[in-house]
Amino acid sequence: MSSEYAIEARGLTKTFGDLRAVSELDLNVPRGQIYGFLGPNGSGKSTTIRMLCGLLTPTDGSADVLGTKIPGKADLLKPKIGYMTQKFSLFGDMSVGENLNFIAEIYSVPARTRKSRIDELLVKYDLAPQQKQLAGTMSGGQKQRLALACAVLHHPELLLLDEPTSAVDPQSRRDFWANLFRLAETGTTVLVSTHYMDEAERCHRLAILDHGVKVADGTPQELQAATGMHIIEVTADDPYAAQVAIDEQPEIASVTQLGIRLRVLIREIHSDPISIVERALESSGVTGETVMAPPTLEDVFVAVTMKAEENGQ
Amino acid sequence: MISLSRLGAIIKKEVVQLSRDRLTFGMVFGLPIMQILLFGYAINTDVRNLRTAVANKAGTHLSRQFVSELAASQVVKISKTAQTAAELESLLRRGEISLGVLIPADFDRRVADKNRSAVHLFVDGSDPTILGVANQLRTMPIEFDSAPPRDNKQGLIEVRPYYNPERRTPVNIVPGLMGIILMMTMMLFTAVAIVRERERGNLELLINTPVTSAELMVGKVTPYVAIGLLQLAIILGVGQFLFDVPIRGSVVDLYIAGSAFIAANLALGLLISTATHTQFQAMQVTVFILMPSILLSGFMFPFDGMPVAARYIGEILPTTHFIRLTRGIMLREAPIGELMPDLGYLIVFTAIAMTVAAKRFTKRLD
Repeated sequence: MSSEYAIEARGLTKTFGDLRAVSELDLNVPRGQIYGFLGPNGSGKSTTIRMLCGLLTPTDGSADVLGTKIPGKADLLKPKIGYMTQKFSLFGDMSVGENLNFIAEIYSVPARTRKSRIDELLVKYDLAPQQKQLAGTMSGGQKQRLALACAVLHHPELLLLDEPTSAVDPQSRRDFWANLFRLAETGTTVLVSTHYMDEAERCHRLAILDHGVKVADGTPQELQAATGMHIIEVTADDPYAAQVAIDEQPEIASVTQLGIRLRVLIREIHSDPISIVERALESSGVTGETVMAPPTLEDVFVAVTMKAEENGQ
Repeated sequence: MISLSRLGAIIKKEVVQLSRDRLTFGMVFGLPIMQILLFGYAINTDVRNLRTAVANKAGTHLSRQFVSELAASQVVKISKTAQTAAELESLLRRGEISLGVLIPADFDRRVADKNRSAVHLFVDGSDPTILGVANQLRTMPIEFDSAPPRDNKQGLIEVRPYYNPERRTPVNIVPGLMGIILMMTMMLFTAVAIVRERERGNLELLINTPVTSAELMVGKVTPYVAIGLLQLAIILGVGQFLFDVPIRGSVVDLYIAGSAFIAANLALGLLISTATHTQFQAMQVTVFILMPSILLSGFMFPFDGMPVAARYIGEILPTTHFIRLTRGIMLREAPIGELMPDLGYLIVFTAIAMTVAAKRFTKRLD
């Protein structure tokens, strides 16, 4: 239990028939931090989380989760983890209070502290007005707060959240993340999967998954510093023509349009990236302004998934 | 192994959800009552109140006495009077009556003469049941012939004893019906129990909590044991109140047999639930077991009259054994000790089905 990591995984692999959903995943999740899994749909985020809590048996590899070996006695792990499924999985035909009470009983929260703990959560997660409302009739944001309240009710050491914010509005997402930080401050380790860049940016550390492979990991700052790319932002009157012109150059790794701006990625091995872009614009007769820009997580994501593709070929 | 607090939580949750599910809740009570009324009244070979017309050409004291005694038997309901045989025939043809009674003008003289029939019955022979009733009525005038008028009364009232109590349909149907109703509700409710949570996504949450497979299984079926016993009481109550179905043996024995049968069906339902992936599949498998249980259990057709292969299938079904138990206890006053093989089968069946279900259910998704 003295390990500085809540989760240590080595070579974790899961195949479904011919599909390699997760491939040789190594993972170190430090205690008391928010660790993000960033990746598109089908990148193996959910499969990894399910393996880590014992719902799926790894085809190969193993993990140590809070001192429990996976695959192994996952039952020993259950009381220590909280899990929030991607799809709302509480009981829609029971009220908020009934759901919380059920979860409290299932986790054997002592009867004398049960009520005070539930009341505390109702206030903390702003669910007090909905206490008697059936869970199935609530809004996406309310459901999500209830799911989080249920997941943390028994004070788990590790919280596994599978795309918790995919069905809620931006304000609810902000509130949700504020809650996650409060939990991390009290020592809870949080593993959260997402496909939102802004959410990934909030994590202490993150791993980027692509087609079941971890293509990068580290703090958001580390990842941004190590893209291996120059980032150039181009503002053009005719962004489409500019994009066509720039994309023709062999040195260009990627061009993405953002409104009237273009974000151009050029490998660091090429010096003077600005002139490469400017030459391309001139030769096509397109006018535009070019500036160097610091990399964002989205740039990191584009860069690392591109590398993975090249390696694959 | 089993934590009472967690088991209690599962049971409480099931009861809350069941009480919110109005349709299912209604089915729990509505199904047995509807079925017993259907089977008790509609499927009934014990015919009463046949619409009858009388043409009394004699008009004597004796003939009027005959008509009033005929009406008192309740087998017929005299709804019309006619003057001639042709009129009776036409009423019969138009379907207004099932039975026509023609009393000839020389009725009194015919009663005295043993060689002549005193009354003519016009019968709608298209329904064999009605024809059967008419044939029974036909025997009355003969007794009527052979005896002095005051004894005839006795002869007519003796219509009823011809129906051996054992041959009244509800008496035979209700003990079997108990088996069918209990099987239907118990198996159907538990067959969808696990699958429904899987479909709704609740299962992924549940199997990530410390709840054990055994707690989940036992907790899910426990409320239905109570419901099953309640249904048993409803069927017995309605059977006795409306149809005079006797419980000649011990009610305790009946409840012992009922508990074993309820457990067998709940275990079978859970087994279906762990073997299927959608509620629709679970329903289909349930119907697949339901049909032979109705047809081959001895409920519909006498068990001994069935072909050997059908009897073998029947022996596998818990319903067959339960119907033997209920008919034995309710009608033949057999103590449960004499019906041990059937009770034993139900217990063994439950144990096997429950074990296989618990083995099949893992707290994993793969």
